[in-house]
Amino acid sequence: MTGTTDTLTAAAALALGDDALVLSHRLGEWAGSAPVLEEEVALANIALDLLGQARVLLSLVGDEDELAYLREERSFRNSQLVEQPNGDFAHTIARQLYFSTYQRLLYGRLASGDGPFAGLAAKAVKEVAYHQDHAEHWTLRLGDGTPESHQRMQRACDALWRYTGELFQPVDGLDLDLPALETAWLDSVTGVLGRATLTVPSGPRTGAWSAGAGRQGLHTESFGRMLAEMQHLHRSHPGATW
Amino acid sequence: MTAVTAGTAGTTGVPGASDTAAAAEQAAYEAVFDAAVAADERIEPRDWMPEAYRASLVRQIAQHAHSEIIGMQPEANWITRAPSLRRKAILMAKVQDEAGHGLYLYSAAETLGTSRDELLDKLHSGRQKYSSIFNYPTLTWADVGAIGWLVDGAAITNQVPLCRCSYGPYARAMVRVCKEESFHQRQGYEALLALSRGTEAQHAMAQDAVDRWWWPSLMMFGPPDDESTHTAQAMAWKIKRHSNDELRQRFVDIAVPQAEALGLTLPDPDLRWNEERGHYDFGPIDWTEFWDVLKGNGPCNDQRLSKRRQAHEDGAWVREAAAAYADKHTGKHGEAQA
Repeated sequence: MTGTTDTLTAAAALALGDDALVLSHRLGEWAGSAPVLEEEVALANIALDLLGQARVLLSLVGDEDELAYLREERSFRNSQLVEQPNGDFAHTIARQLYFSTYQRLLYGRLASGDGPFAGLAAKAVKEVAYHQDHAEHWTLRLGDGTPESHQRMQRACDALWRYTGELFQPVDGLDLDLPALETAWLDSVTGVLGRATLTVPSGPRTGAWSAGAGRQGLHTESFGRMLAEMQHLHRSHPGATW
Repeated sequence: MTAVTAGTAGTTGVPGASDTAAAAEQAAYEAVFDAAVAADERIEPRDWMPEAYRASLVRQIAQHAHSEIIGMQPEANWITRAPSLRRKAILMAKVQDEAGHGLYLYSAAETLGTSRDELLDKLHSGRQKYSSIFNYPTLTWADVGAIGWLVDGAAITNQVPLCRCSYGPYARAMVRVCKEESFHQRQGYEALLALSRGTEAQHAMAQDAVDRWWWPSLMMFGPPDDESTHTAQAMAWKIKRHSNDELRQRFVDIAVPQAEALGLTLPDPDLRWNEERGHYDFGPIDWTEFWDVLKGNGPCNDQRLSKRRQAHEDGAWVREAAAAYADKHTGKHGEAQA
């Protein structure tokens, strides 16, 4: 690899790695609070898969723990979608639906290429297919369940819609046909929402700041608090190993 | 054991049968059951069993399942603060396994004619208990290691003999649970070892955690033999294989050299090797504290139960949605539940 490729690969690995790290953390917050035991297992399982992906990706860039625990908010490159607070179960599922659909398409394309992420993507795409399946089934159950679950699911889909445009902003080092990826994503999500008797949100998919903001280190307010909790212990013992 | 199945046993006391005939039939079933237990055969769900045996197993398995579920809380408390990604992954996997153990155990209990919903209801209303150990707080990261080493260690000491328990479904669940628990215990030990060999502050953190978790771990074996109400019957039925005090002694004998290898001390001035007995002697347990925690006055009893109830209540609309969806789309929801 040339020096330029190294830098580009690192930039892309950081973006994808931060996505996985941050979403894994959010899912970890569910432990002990899920609606049924089976979901304790499922959410922890997904969180673990994502954490595994994050560790591989961050290790391509440097020391995984330094990167996770010693960067500040402005240096994280995750999309704003994954840092959104869990909210109720519908909110978590809507976030999972949007993100896992994106991740499955993304890793599917990366796995079929010969770029630096092909190996990782080939393994990760199997995990992500399971995540997407899980999110789709819950979207159907909640959307087409009771009036209350329908309302909650619709509200969650609407609220998170504005963070989905960012997923298709260019990422340095990722050579992908983004418009094609976005079309496939819209087709897939629109199909699931339709089957779930939900209305495809009509609002914008990006805001004044949100287009690519997370990728530039511009995050939403809850993210700093999430990092404070995540990093506190590690930062309290500089140089210690665990 | 297949000699008497529930299909025939269920006819005990059919209307019209004379009292003596019913009593004779009952005695015959009991004889078959007793012989199976004596021969170390496994009792299976469709076999006839004394009602008290059934009730005792439901109580014990349910309490065990509840302990797995409540036991997720003290450790989950540190998932978002785990100090390295490796430790975070290990902890998440462990908490996930505990939910899985809860599932196996509720399934085992259901083979005795109860349901998970019913058992959860009893947990939430305080009619069934969970292990008193989970009413202690996890105050530092080292507590996660101490729980792995001591609490899981005590659990394994208790559970390995249960792999030979007379009730088949419980014994088989224990085989799976013990394999995973042993893995967690080694990981907890290794986490403590890293702290003990780390910086001065990390070592102090590990020592403090062991100081706080040692006695509660010894209490996990239950009251002393002369105060244990269930032990004699449970041993006669081969549900339990060893008394509380025997298992507690076994645990101490294993833990003392492990503490030495860790470079940590145990908070008991009376702890010393007894050449004559071939065991470690140890100091008196504060049974007042044990009963206090058991009665609900431990540091976290209210918090643990409230959080569990809250999760259940907050999740009600999700469970209702899943049931409504299943009804609409398969029309088989009721059948699937039956």
